[in-house]
Amino acid sequence: MPATARPLSPHLSVYRWQIQMMTSIVHRGTGMFLSLGTLLVCWGLLALASGPDAFARVTAFCTSWIGQLLLLGWTWSLAFHLLNGIRHLLQDIGLGYAPPTFVRNGWIVTIGSLLLTVLIWGLAVYFSAATQLWTLSEAVQ
Amino acid sequence: MTKQLRTPIKIARGLGSAKSGAHHFMVQRITAVALIALCLWLVWIALVLLHSDYAAARALIANPFNAIAMLAFIVAAFWHAQLGLQVIIEDYIHARWLEMTSQILVKFACFLGAAASVFAVIRIALGS
Repeated sequence: MPATARPLSPHLSVYRWQIQMMTSIVHRGTGMFLSLGTLLVCWGLLALASGPDAFARVTAFCTSWIGQLLLLGWTWSLAFHLLNGIRHLLQDIGLGYAPPTFVRNGWIVTIGSLLLTVLIWGLAVYFSAATQLWTLSEAVQ
Repeated sequence: MTKQLRTPIKIARGLGSAKSGAHHFMVQRITAVALIALCLWLVWIALVLLHSDYAAARALIANPFNAIAMLAFIVAAFWHAQLGLQVIIEDYIHARWLEMTSQILVKFACFLGAAASVFAVIRIALGS
């Protein structure tokens, strides 16, 4: 323990709301949530290796309402962490530090993450509809 | 008290970091760069898997390109997760015993998750 009672993080409560602090906090939050998501990847792969019954349980979980909700959360978290991560990499080479640019990039990342989520789920729905149509046409023939 | 007239900073200055320096920072960035491509690939795989039955899903992951990409994703993702969670624990958990316990549990969980996933991909790829 420190010898003096210095103020230690978290000092989240001392900040006035602004996009700069929001993207930083959300980056960590999405990072933690995505860490949990790696367990789904792990479970899915183990199930795929062990057999159809185990894989059916993963499919059942992913298509349940809680599974869909989690997948939506993981999609957005991945989109945000990916875009904000790229922003962090650019900042690491010294770009984007002027306050107006910093604020603008924060909004690009935030709105971009929502658009990317819509795009991914749009593709999922599109593929789903296409597959169903294809199966249907096979059945008709 | 030892008789020490120079300040600690005077002794430390010029000797470099006493710890691992920039290693954590560098590995976090390198895995991040790898994960940009690997996550986009994973999203594509997930979209294909959505409408695959068991046999098709297994064949997809057994494809050598996909198997290798999945192994790369697993290593980069679990490593990156461990590094990120480590910093969060360092920043927010101030009770020493709880911090140490959490750090060790996170490292164990990330290693076991990675090992289990790698093992599964090898089984799928080799069809055993």
